Amino acid sequence: MKETRVLLIEDEPNIIEAIRFILSREGWRVDTSSDGGNALEAVRNRNPDLVILDVMLPNRTGYDILSDMRADAATRDIPVMMLTARGQKKDKELAERLGVNKFMTKPFSNAEMLASVRELVR
Amino acid sequence: MSRSLRAGTRIRNSRMSLGMKQAELARSCGISASYLNLIEHNRRRIGGSLLLRIAEALGADPSALGEGAESALLGSLDSAADKHNEVAVERDGADELASRFPGWARLIRAQFRENARLEQVVERLDDRLTHDPFLSASMHNVLTSVTAIRSASGILAGGDPVEPEWQRRFARNIHEDSQRLADATESLVGYLEAEADDRGTGSLPQDEVEQWLITRGWTIDELERDAAAPLAAIMDGADGIRTLAARELAHGYLEQYAADAAAIPKPSLENALGSTEEPLALADMLGAPLPALFRRLATLGSDALPVHGSFGLVGCDASGTLTFRKPLPDFDLPRYGGACPLWPLFRAGQQPMVPVRETLAMRGRDDHLFDVHAVAEITHPSGFAGPAVTMSWMLIRPWPRGREANRVLRAGTTCRVCAETACPARREPSVFSTLSDERL
Repeated sequence: MKETRVLLIEDEPNIIEAIRFILSREGWRVDTSSDGGNALEAVRNRNPDLVILDVMLPNRTGYDILSDMRADAATRDIPVMMLTARGQKKDKELAERLGVNKFMTKPFSNAEMLASVRELVR
Repeated sequence: MSRSLRAGTRIRNSRMSLGMKQAELARSCGISASYLNLIEHNRRRIGGSLLLRIAEALGADPSALGEGAESALLGSLDSAADKHNEVAVERDGADELASRFPGWARLIRAQFRENARLEQVVERLDDRLTHDPFLSASMHNVLTSVTAIRSASGILAGGDPVEPEWQRRFARNIHEDSQRLADATESLVGYLEAEADDRGTGSLPQDEVEQWLITRGWTIDELERDAAAPLAAIMDGADGIRTLAARELAHGYLEQYAADAAAIPKPSLENALGSTEEPLALADMLGAPLPALFRRLATLGSDALPVHGSFGLVGCDASGTLTFRKPLPDFDLPRYGGACPLWPLFRAGQQPMVPVRETLAMRGRDDHLFDVHAVAEITHPSGFAGPAVTMSWMLIRPWPRGREANRVLRAGTTCRVCAETACPARREPSVFSTLSDERL
């Protein structure tokens, strides 16, 4: 069976560590990128099965990255789960307009995170 | 029951006495002759800018043509009916209601206005997290720490075996994040307490004026209709302005508004906006000084600015203290303390009369791009003997989505909530930097 690869784009080291641990324990491979500026390049290079994308990143926002991903044929079909500490309706609507697959509001539980990832890489 | 002559009839009479053709008048006002015909036969309600244009074309006083208070009342009844589509209102009966039961009609209007005001208040509270940069940054800190703690503790308490090395690691992370959470909540409590104290002594006079302007939609209709309208009457209607200091500020604001409206009347501004929404080009067309034009543009709603949407505006005096704030979504203006020293607003103050234009990227949650124009004016109200007074203005609008920006100036709201650690103009540490140092 092919290994499932997740690219986690997030700049909080402790959140990275926890998510990486949870997903690795499920047998998934987790790569990370912490800078909004070169996140798109990381997506292109790694071509993951799922991108977990934080909204508030240094240098570039998650929205911009998502928007560019959807505009590029090479990355258009990769499922994206967005994480944000601002669960406002406006933010969710923007993410949906840009083509997000799942929008998660912090703080989420590990079970929620796992369930959503399973649903997206099925 | 006697009824005053209606606006359409007055327009028709006035036009015929000038010997002007219907088509001719319609053309000069930018409407079709058939539409004008409907207006003249009182089949269409008329008001606002069209009435001003028709009055101008006829060389008549708009208030002599319009139905004055009655037409304004009918307009409000119409808006109330629009708002409540679900109620089958007898639209044709609005005239009759207003003339037979003016008191009831005014009551409907008063309630409609009160509703609109309350809706604005609710919206404002709702947007609080978005527009208060300190609150929003603190909440972000809290939520991020809680997320990390919840996740790490979930791993440790989840029941699945976790190797000792990982156990230690997550325990350390939880400790770190709980420290961070404690700091963030402490600063949040301090902030909210300071704010509660402010409220106890009444909010800042600027806040009162700002609130009042928000409820008026940043437009003073009385002065738009007549720049020489008595300011005292406008002030009497300003319920939100309670303190003496706020009254004085509001009065000063109205004086400036009146002078600006006289220099750049709304019809000419709207007319010029038909050709361009670029501030420099508009100033040229109208022969108007930039600061006055900036202030006039900031009074317009987005319906008058179909291409770029409405403008935000900030003003400051020579000390850099913000004296005027009309916020724009996603462009946070500091509530307390100084703004980001990199704003073109302050650069404009160093070279009065020289306009500055920048593409500004606001650091923060999302790096939004803005198209900003800034200029400073210098006046000598006390002549050569007295001090010169410098006021700087910065007009803000969102950078058009999708348009390439060549050169971008990165700036923030205020140092306290800015994450740009390498900024050479920083004046105090941010709430972010102390946290990241601790994490190293």
